[in-house]
Amino acid sequence: MAERFDPASATGGAAPAAAHGLVSIRHVSKSYERGDQIVQVLTDINLEIARGDFVALMGPSGSGKSTLLNLVAGIDKPDGGSILVNGEDITSLSEGDLAGWRASSVGFIFQFYNLMPVLSAYENVELPLLLTGLSGRERRERAELTLGLVGLADRMDHRPNELSGGQQQRVAIARAIVGDPLLLIADEPTGDLDRTSAFEILNLLDRLNTELGKTIVMVTHDPAAARYARRVLHLDKGKFIENTELAA
Amino acid sequence: MNYRVLVRKNLFRHKLRASLMIVCILTAFAIFGVLGSIERAVNAGQDVAAADRLVVVNKINFTQPLPIAYFDRVRAIEGVQQVTHVNWFGGYYQDPKNSLVVMAVDPTTYMDVYGNELDISSAARQSFIRERTGALVGDAMAKKWGWKVGDHVPITSSIFTQKNGSSSWDFTVVGIFTGKKPEVDTNFMVFQYDYFNETRALGKDQIGWITLRTASPALNDRVARTIDQMFANSPYETATDTEKAFSKAFVAQFGNIALIVELVVGAAFVTILMIVGNTLMMSVRERTREIGVLKSLGFSGGRILRLVLGESILVALTGGLAGLGLAVLFIVAIRDNVGGLLPKIILSPEIALLGLALMLGFGIVTGLIPALNAMRLRIAVALGRN
Repeated sequence: MAERFDPASATGGAAPAAAHGLVSIRHVSKSYERGDQIVQVLTDINLEIARGDFVALMGPSGSGKSTLLNLVAGIDKPDGGSILVNGEDITSLSEGDLAGWRASSVGFIFQFYNLMPVLSAYENVELPLLLTGLSGRERRERAELTLGLVGLADRMDHRPNELSGGQQQRVAIARAIVGDPLLLIADEPTGDLDRTSAFEILNLLDRLNTELGKTIVMVTHDPAAARYARRVLHLDKGKFIENTELAA
Repeated sequence: MNYRVLVRKNLFRHKLRASLMIVCILTAFAIFGVLGSIERAVNAGQDVAAADRLVVVNKINFTQPLPIAYFDRVRAIEGVQQVTHVNWFGGYYQDPKNSLVVMAVDPTTYMDVYGNELDISSAARQSFIRERTGALVGDAMAKKWGWKVGDHVPITSSIFTQKNGSSSWDFTVVGIFTGKKPEVDTNFMVFQYDYFNETRALGKDQIGWITLRTASPALNDRVARTIDQMFANSPYETATDTEKAFSKAFVAQFGNIALIVELVVGAAFVTILMIVGNTLMMSVRERTREIGVLKSLGFSGGRILRLVLGESILVALTGGLAGLGLAVLFIVAIRDNVGGLLPKIILSPEIALLGLALMLGFGIVTGLIPALNAMRLRIAVALGRN
């Protein structure tokens, strides 16, 4: 069922409330300088994302969805407003603290996989664990377990250029979840894949959400991909314009 | 995997580029190792020069002679404890390429003055004093040419000739001495001045320089002044200075070795610093996106800085250590071929340590700018997300 937002409302966009909110975005605005012009990308955004939710962000290019994803993931800071993740306001963290927070709380899945070309699949997955206090043996166990979870136990020693696009994206998903983060951020995770591989990836994300309870925020242009989410938020010109709740 | 593996894999992702950088650095450190060792070997005499030894030379310069009569007059000066005289022979063995350090000395007084440095057996001392054509040979020289006590050795002078027109003198090895300290050079030989003086065609009763030991280093200035005043306004005015200063002047005849070494090594380092620094900048710039990904995974700016600096230090250490290794091979070759000129040439621990410090410095300097750029890189910009 689709719910239409009132653009003139005080919040600038309705924020679907959640009883146990993991992410709480309040009155967030963001603008960029383009030459001597200021481009307002997000305007007074409010959003609640519950623990275990799977949210798809859709909208035309320039609507602000990737910027919103950056802010939720702690790789950029808003001009105003607050972003609480698990009760912690990440907008007030220093750069160093924010790096530590990302290491423990966020897993990234990119459109173009962004694996390290010089590392094997196993080493790519192990990479975030270098930031933890785990021993070499513990890191190996977790990386192998996670690669097994995404169905790549037999491709651990392969370099990214020896894997298909779908396999590379599965390695990227393993890298994102190996640290057991609170939040998975996926930016067009199927944008560079053929249909079969895309379905495999979306099914994997669905399993992570339904079976492991991972909270996922995904940006996509693909309505078929968005249907895997529990709800779809539509952005346009920096504001939410529509919230679609989907059946589980 | 650990950070070291990550640094190594990043550095060697382009094997040709990494290899070329290593070759560049290797060249600079090989030059540093070889020239630095040559400079030290040339100046080695200054390091072992005794504080209480003075050298009296002709005021014009040390290649000009002094009359032998000066020897007794210097010996009579108050404060002079031991004194001897030495004459440079300019010898070579069999072939002019095999130049040797050979000196005509007064046996008894020479062994007195240098007794603290040279270990000469009692039998060798006696033979050296007794036998007119006897020569004492340092163990380094004896080992190099395979000479033993009793061997007859013809040495040719490139400066002097005998009355019979020959430039070759025959000597009998009467003893082989060693140094009492490892840094004492023993790649030289001494023979009787009397034999030399009686047989040479020109320059009779002239000596090269006088070396003396004072009762105390505190007396050096006064004794030196007294000697030079004594021979002032004579045809052979003298200049008396410490043995260290004499060694320095001896080395200076070849030019300012230290300055040459510094200029050559400096030029090599500056050139290679720019090449390697630029290559590292390019290498890191190509990885902007990967650095953004690492940061998004939670790698802090400090960790990124250390990763990039780790690469630059690793490349500097790899190239630098290989360069010093190559320098050792060159030095061995130099010692084998022109050992007579640079008998003490080695890659000393001091040069190796200085080299290590330079490698670290080189690594930090070449990697600092790309590392700082990587550290400051904003994730959203690196990933092209705004």
